[in-house]
Amino acid sequence: MTDRPTPTPRGEENIYFEEARAHRLAFQQCESCGARVFYPRTVCPVCLSDRLSLRQAAGTGTVHSFTTLHRAGHPGLADRVPYTVVLVDLDEGVRVLADLVVSPEADVPWIGMPVQAVFDEVTPELTLPRFQATAGAR
Amino acid sequence: MSLRGKAAIVAAAEVDTFQSQGRSPVGLMGEATRRALAEVGLHKDDVDGLFTASSYYAMPALTVAEYLGLRPTYIDSTVVGGGSFISHVGHAAAAIEAGLCSVALITYGSTQRSDRGKLTSLAEWSPYEQPYGLIHPISSFGLIAQRHMHEFGTTSEQLAEVAVSARQWALKNPDAPYPTPLSVQDVLSSPMLSTPLHKLDCCLVTDGGAAIVVTSAERARDLTPKPIYVLGVGEAINHRNIVGMPDLTTTAAVDSGKRAFDMAGRGPADMDSAHIYDAFTISLMILLEDLGFVSKGEGGPFVESGAIAPGGSLPVNTNGGGLSYTHPGMLGMFLMTEAVRQLRGDAGDRQVPGARTSVVHGMGLALAAHATAVLSTDVEP
Repeated sequence: MTDRPTPTPRGEENIYFEEARAHRLAFQQCESCGARVFYPRTVCPVCLSDRLSLRQAAGTGTVHSFTTLHRAGHPGLADRVPYTVVLVDLDEGVRVLADLVVSPEADVPWIGMPVQAVFDEVTPELTLPRFQATAGAR
Repeated sequence: MSLRGKAAIVAAAEVDTFQSQGRSPVGLMGEATRRALAEVGLHKDDVDGLFTASSYYAMPALTVAEYLGLRPTYIDSTVVGGGSFISHVGHAAAAIEAGLCSVALITYGSTQRSDRGKLTSLAEWSPYEQPYGLIHPISSFGLIAQRHMHEFGTTSEQLAEVAVSARQWALKNPDAPYPTPLSVQDVLSSPMLSTPLHKLDCCLVTDGGAAIVVTSAERARDLTPKPIYVLGVGEAINHRNIVGMPDLTTTAAVDSGKRAFDMAGRGPADMDSAHIYDAFTISLMILLEDLGFVSKGEGGPFVESGAIAPGGSLPVNTNGGGLSYTHPGMLGMFLMTEAVRQLRGDAGDRQVPGARTSVVHGMGLALAAHATAVLSTDVEP
């Protein structure tokens, strides 16, 4: 069994995964220009200010686009195909990528579908955000 | 100061564009370089500018210079994915105009097909994308295509028409690997990889090497009766990973294309042929829109009308492109070599009659990097 692909975050990249372990979906807000920033950076990509504060997203948003993989992009995920990866516009105005938790009654993703983040404790060290359709959105 | 008409391509050569026998990636660059220099009787010691990119070599200029025994005075290994070499043409024109070099070699080689199963890629993974198992780079284009369909009603049949048109051109190219026609149904019934993209919505995986030689317009006229002038160049980049792409259906090609056309003093309607990065059916369709050949969202009906196929209003990728001719990891060099062939009148059965001006557009990663060049047989209309 090949292990699933695992991120090797460096520096400020660790912030996102530390937050995920606490079941928080992190983004940043620039204290200088107000920009909302995903993923965590050391300076704002709009104004280069270093005054970025960590925020917690509510985890709700809508599907901006999706693709369903019929061939795994990594050997460690071969037993999961088909699986769906979504780009989600969070209500806070940042866009994140994750996979979609597919339930038997809601297996067809669509653009505009309301979703909410859930947290999958993959290993003791790694928790990954995923998305599932918001109840009643089907 | 404009670079308009200051530099010209004097030589363009290809080698082993499907399956190489016994050549390494730099070996392919070497043979392509030998052929290109021989076209115009230049000696390798005339080369004083070296431009290259590679997925195989971390410092490709060093590798190529050692292998070929070059001692360049100007070096550029800009790597922005498969369109890098279109960027190199602009950089070479600028370096020549500035007097930093006089004969620029741009070269690429890859044994991607021979390496099947152990494909090399420089693409480092984003920690925010890697855990979700995207097929790189197909799934990013899947997300892009899905959004284009949603916004503009583009259909899988229309995407397939891009591959069908490419194959029609390839049938006129004796060097293209698959001498059989392709139908929309063939594309739609090929395995689904990452929705909505099927296997035949994706480029070939081939080996291949190529080299072009750029020099000043003045020197070019002494070297060849058919110099191909660089009339306009433009570059633009705007993201790295798909999550950072500002708008999934409009790219920075809008900017690179405008810069190149403005410098050239020509527009899309003046192009006799177009050579546009078709790593995927959707990439070509979006780039046709962003370069101004059709308005945004009209790419589907445009390709469905047969416009880019032989006999259509806009000859695109007349060698068969990345979808049906060659795609050894990075396609840009092979867009350039075909544009040069068309403008020299050397394109055989696929020759566009009287072709004088062409656009070449390179793309890198998932529509992230863009470089456009306008080439012409003449500096003035």
